[in-house]
Amino acid sequence: MHIMEGFLPIEHAVGWAVASVPFVAYGIGSIKKQIEANLEQRMLLGVAAAFTFVLSALKLPSVTGSCSHPTGTGLGALLFGPAAMAPIGLVVLLFQALLLAHGGLTTLGANLFSMAIVGPFAAVALFRLTRRLRLSFAVSVFIAASLADFLTYVTTSAQLAWAFPDPTGGVVASFAKFAGIFAITQIPLAISEGLLTVVIFNALARFNPQELKDMNVVNPPEVSA
Amino acid sequence: MKRHQNLLLLLAVVLLAALPLWLVQKPLPDANGKPVELFAGADNKAMALIGDIAPNYVQWFKPIMEPASGEIVSLLFALQAALGAGFIGYYLGVSVTRERMKREAQMHTENPTRAD
Repeated sequence: MHIMEGFLPIEHAVGWAVASVPFVAYGIGSIKKQIEANLEQRMLLGVAAAFTFVLSALKLPSVTGSCSHPTGTGLGALLFGPAAMAPIGLVVLLFQALLLAHGGLTTLGANLFSMAIVGPFAAVALFRLTRRLRLSFAVSVFIAASLADFLTYVTTSAQLAWAFPDPTGGVVASFAKFAGIFAITQIPLAISEGLLTVVIFNALARFNPQELKDMNVVNPPEVSA
Repeated sequence: MKRHQNLLLLLAVVLLAALPLWLVQKPLPDANGKPVELFAGADNKAMALIGDIAPNYVQWFKPIMEPASGEIVSLLFALQAALGAGFIGYYLGVSVTRERMKREAQMHTENPTRAD
């Protein structure tokens, strides 16, 4: 999902950056408030950030013959709310843009928007929906995390299609082409991310039930059982 | 039961990553006879597609710093993963121990050993 440095026209690059700033600002405030209310959650915030670090470093082969990586943003979004992932995603993307020439500073806003804003908000919305549909906790986490991962890559495809419409078919044809690269490749990886997020939640539910109960977003009755 | 479930889930993740390696056939060389790289990064494929759609587009900003080689790239990615995995491992380790100590302390208060 990393749009490479300099590969978005300036207007798009600036536009996505402007769109991302309020989420980051709100996210920092939201994290501060939660940590002040409960200092114990600092460690869990570290786990959420660490999970994103690990997963976004893992380039996995996919059935399309391309490699891509998961995003790991679903875990933190379910624990700390969607806005909290914007600053965390910023740290990860800055690390990769500055040290690895992976992604870039000019495309930081667009990459942040797909990975650390669309993904986390989708995760929380899907989690609430699936819980309301009375799906089990594990199934809800799986659906939320894997679709958040997938939708991140759909967003990247849409961003590129908007910036580079196909000369004959326009934005729609262009979106189909970019989605053919990003979204299809991502399907097995999104499943992996969903499964790994369930693994972490299983571990947290077993060893840190109190912390999970203290969180606002995740308050499932099963956790205490 | 939960631990069993986690093992199965991790196994599924490994399978999902390993299966493409032998399911995907090596692609035929492209029109110019150049071999196509298998399992290239999707990010780079998208970059190539931009070149197809908008051949006149110029990359207007270059990365400030590029890793010296592919080896350095893998070093930094490994470092990124190690930092993350290290922290998660530390936290889970602490949690497991804390939970066990809590349980032991509870058992102790429920049946205190007699001093006589």
